[in-house]
Amino acid sequence: MTHTGTTDENERLLIRRIRNGTVIDHIDGGEALNVVKILGITGTTQEALSIATNVPSRDMERKDIVKLTNRELSKEEVDRIALISPHATINIIRNFKVCEKKGVEIPTLIQGLVRCPNPGCISNTNEPIQSKFRVLPSGLHCYYCDWVITKDLTSYII
Amino acid sequence: MATRHIISIGDFDRSGIDRLLDHARQIDSKKYDRNALNGKILAVLFFEPSTRTRMSFESAIARLGGTSVSVGSVDACSMAKGETLADTIRVVSGYADAIVIRHPKEGAARLAAEFATVPVINAGDGAGQHPSQTLLDLYTIRQSMPIDKIDVALVGDLRYGRTAHSLASALSLYNARLHTLSPTGLELPDTLATELTNKGMEIINHDSIEEMIGMIDVLYVTRIQRERFPDSASYFNVASSYRITPELLTKAKEHLIVLHPLPRVDEIDPRVDESPHARYFEQSRNGVPVRMAMLMDVMQ
Repeated sequence: MTHTGTTDENERLLIRRIRNGTVIDHIDGGEALNVVKILGITGTTQEALSIATNVPSRDMERKDIVKLTNRELSKEEVDRIALISPHATINIIRNFKVCEKKGVEIPTLIQGLVRCPNPGCISNTNEPIQSKFRVLPSGLHCYYCDWVITKDLTSYII
Repeated sequence: MATRHIISIGDFDRSGIDRLLDHARQIDSKKYDRNALNGKILAVLFFEPSTRTRMSFESAIARLGGTSVSVGSVDACSMAKGETLADTIRVVSGYADAIVIRHPKEGAARLAAEFATVPVINAGDGAGQHPSQTLLDLYTIRQSMPIDKIDVALVGDLRYGRTAHSLASALSLYNARLHTLSPTGLELPDTLATELTNKGMEIINHDSIEEMIGMIDVLYVTRIQRERFPDSASYFNVASSYRITPELLTKAKEHLIVLHPLPRVDEIDPRVDESPHARYFEQSRNGVPVRMAMLMDVMQ
């Protein structure tokens, strides 16, 4: 990563460079904790995790950054982020160098990530299935009961 | 070839619906093979009470030379012992050539289709889908008029009424105009209204039946459930203002037809039964040829 200007200097002070792992940059301001949640990173995670929120940015008014050491996120994992932060960029770091840089794509189907808000939906029972949602412009459509989630997606994350 | 299921009316395009209704008409005019499903077994898995749907499916398979097996009462089946629906479906797939299912949970039929190795037909899942009802509603309309560009009024509980939702979705394929009348709190859900509007459907909300009776070709009445109201007085107040009477129908177009998925309670005055507008018993009878066409579609 190249850093210029005071803002980036401050940012570097906030979060150290990592040797190996994943840096998720350009997360919409205030969404970092939801990104961590959506990635399934909990308090039991062994890897060092750094989070910076509301960092001033040239491209965005403010952004969040998440750095995760010793773990390279798969495409399926990172694409989930697009549901709440479509402008996020993913940098895979190996030996302090950015080896891969990619954007996130909104997936067409998400499975086992979001709980259906419909209490009458079969996916909220003890059946041996994962929740399944089709991602359409109008929102997330439950594959089973057709319930549509249009807002507050993060409150339904399992 | 992939197993064919019928889960939601949304799985059909217009030509698919038309083809099935054409087939039902052919069956209705007695032009069909009475042994078309000879030796085939239909499993009837009803986890909720039903009279018309269940009997008409059983009648439909019998008329095609097949037989049906059922679980009897829900209390007596293994689901009452805690078995998952997924396991029940896997087991029943081994006993029958197709499964027709009614279940209180929404999406149950979609789940059944995932685990079944034979075709699944949804006969109603909670407040969700009931495609065979919609197909017979469309069939009944088509007996009286071409479905294209007609004015259809949906009256009653449009929030929880699955038959109204499915019919509205299907009618959007036929460029129909929708008129709605429902008590406060029981209106068409916003998500469905938006979806229909996005498909180009015009929806007009009304405050009384009198206001729209002269404009419509089909009056589709659904039952307003007493338990949706805080007390009997407010229920009767609403129910009386939504009641279809012979006096009201004097202001209707000559070819207007009145439909109701039945059972009715107070929504339609029994005197309307004799009116040429009344088609709800015909509609109920149409369940058999339409379900025969559905069974042939998935089992042959």
